[in-house]
Amino acid sequence: MVDSSTVLWGQTLVYTLYALVIISVVGWFAYRLTRPGPAGVASKLFFGFVAFLVITGVSLHIVTYNTIPWSPLDVHRGETQADKVFEIVVADHEFRLPAERLEIDCGDRVLFDVSSQDLTYGFGLFRPDDSMVFQMQVVPQHRNDLLWEFGENGVYSIRSTEYSGPQGYAMIVQDAVRVSGCPGGCEPCRRCRPRPDRG
Amino acid sequence: MTFAQTLVRGNEEAFQPRTLTPMQKLTLRFVVVGLVYYGFAAIEGMIMRIYAIEPVPLIGTRQYFGILTAHPLVGIFGSTYMLVIGAFLFLVPYLMKKPLWSFRLATWTFWCITIGTFVFWLDGFLTHYAPLYTLYWPLPADFTQFRPLGGAIFITGIAIVMLGSALFVVNVFTTIVYTPRGAERQPGRRLLADALGFTGLANLFRERAERREHIVPLPVAAVARGSVDMALNTTIILFTGILILIYMVAELFGVSLRSTAIDALLYKNWFWWGLDLIADGLVLIFVAGTWYLLASLITGKRIFMENWARAALLVELVVSWTVWSHHLLSDQAQPELLKILSGEMVTAFELITQGLAFFITLATLWSARPLQMTNPLKFLLGGLLGFALAVPAGIMQADIGLNRILHNTQWVVGPHVHVAILVGLTMTLYSAIYLLLPLLTNGAKLYSQRLATFHFWAHLLGGIGMGAFMGMAGLQGMLRRTIYLDGEFLPYMILAGLSGVLLLAALAAFLYNIVMTVGLRGAVGIFRRSDLDRDVLVPAR
Repeated sequence: MVDSSTVLWGQTLVYTLYALVIISVVGWFAYRLTRPGPAGVASKLFFGFVAFLVITGVSLHIVTYNTIPWSPLDVHRGETQADKVFEIVVADHEFRLPAERLEIDCGDRVLFDVSSQDLTYGFGLFRPDDSMVFQMQVVPQHRNDLLWEFGENGVYSIRSTEYSGPQGYAMIVQDAVRVSGCPGGCEPCRRCRPRPDRG
Repeated sequence: MTFAQTLVRGNEEAFQPRTLTPMQKLTLRFVVVGLVYYGFAAIEGMIMRIYAIEPVPLIGTRQYFGILTAHPLVGIFGSTYMLVIGAFLFLVPYLMKKPLWSFRLATWTFWCITIGTFVFWLDGFLTHYAPLYTLYWPLPADFTQFRPLGGAIFITGIAIVMLGSALFVVNVFTTIVYTPRGAERQPGRRLLADALGFTGLANLFRERAERREHIVPLPVAAVARGSVDMALNTTIILFTGILILIYMVAELFGVSLRSTAIDALLYKNWFWWGLDLIADGLVLIFVAGTWYLLASLITGKRIFMENWARAALLVELVVSWTVWSHHLLSDQAQPELLKILSGEMVTAFELITQGLAFFITLATLWSARPLQMTNPLKFLLGGLLGFALAVPAGIMQADIGLNRILHNTQWVVGPHVHVAILVGLTMTLYSAIYLLLPLLTNGAKLYSQRLATFHFWAHLLGGIGMGAFMGMAGLQGMLRRTIYLDGEFLPYMILAGLSGVLLLAALAAFLYNIVMTVGLRGAVGIFRRSDLDRDVLVPAR
């Protein structure tokens, strides 16, 4: 499966280009507005713009559904068989994991089944450089399950991604998940080297 | 005039508060208090920018999260609500060419929002009640972390603000439809239908010759449309507040109610439905209305494609009522159908409705070229650019796939929220302030154009810069609503902090310019009673 960092790079590129274009357009418009010249705006242009917005708005989700690999996996997770299931409980601002370290084989589809016994929390997996692999909300009284396919070796930390009061910011379990066995992967490599314990 | 004379009497002594009507004074009071609370929010924001660079030992984590809770609420209710409501209480009767229905109700609105905001701000400062504005159940009633008395006072403050906004809604709608004493009877139903956009929508399906003339100006129609959302979100927030208060009062009397009696996901849906009426309904609609008003006042021309603009306001009514689920795309228990229909598809419609308002405003301006680049025009263009940047950023995160890696990151709060509010909304409001200043002050002369130009560039660059650097950190995985202790995203946070300094410098320049324009004596005079007739909006020239 394509790594989430690849998708984020794509998004960075697309949005940066868009931002530069729209800033330039408004800048050009502001300049031209102060100069004499034809002042009419054809209704064709207006309706063309409306059509452009409709196509962009609708096609964005169709494109992402077909290009971001975890989108269909997420929508159809109820009908997909998981290779591994980790049941995780959150209570009193603490993650209670089924093992000290969750071991995952490369290519496994893993279901993280997280439940909260008190507050609304978040559940996110983070790389050693603090970038996010994925996250979900953990709502009490409800099932919070996320299916993910791992295609890269690495050691990841778990962190709460939702505010749950002033104590919530410390909800981090360092190096809680390890993925191994991917071809071409080194173990341990620079990317997946565990960080020194911050105490 | 010497510096001291200008400081006391205002620029060229052009501002004479004794000439102001009660409505002008009331509107200016809204503006003054709104700007003071904007200053509160800006300083709080700067504290948090510094904290994101290096947690300040002087401020404990409980205090920090107290600030994080107060900051958006003071910004939205204390500042934006005050500025917008104050302006609309003046503009609706001004454009409808009849007095405000109730001056007393407007005064109550002023005091409710002023006092309510101060109550919850002070309470948050003293008791550190910090469930954030999202109030995810059962956090607001978690008495292992928060004291019930502190929470009860905080929620009461919010409730007082909501009461003030409810009074505003009543005043706006009644002003649109009522017949002033001694005037010819006005068609209430037709006025209401036109105000809500029904006439504009029907006109799209009529032959040109059969189209009905509009009897409610377009900006007033936008105010009315936004007020519908305001009424609904007021109801939701008041109801939620009462619910939380019940838990707090019970706790104070020694009875601990079961938090599981309320379904956390249902509550989240309910709460976001109401809250999103502010973010996605009210803000976008009020802003669109203000753009139309500014464009027509700057150009003196009719709004381009007016029926489409009116119809879009009505369509936005459906959109803002059904859009809330984009806040729950990361909630796995949320039905997939709601995620796709409400969270993705309806949300994408905001791109269309806001895009229409953007295009219509630009086309109206274009129709009057060449225009002089005045302060209102440049700030209006800045506001338009802000929303052009922020709305697509929001549409991107309202996608099931992208939300998985963007939810609750700095991306959400940077390029989307802060660019929308600081650049889009605030620059639009600044445009309105610069444009309405002579009208509201009976001809006060701006002290310094250089300061106004600096205000524009510092605010624009600071706002976009802060949003951009927060967004870059968010794309690298930096979360919001948390604390980083080891300088994980330091370069981005330093740059975002510097952008924040630019924003503060812009505010300081603006406030200094305004104080020197009206003078200290003039500023005090705004709060003195006016002896003129309440039904007169502006004195006859």
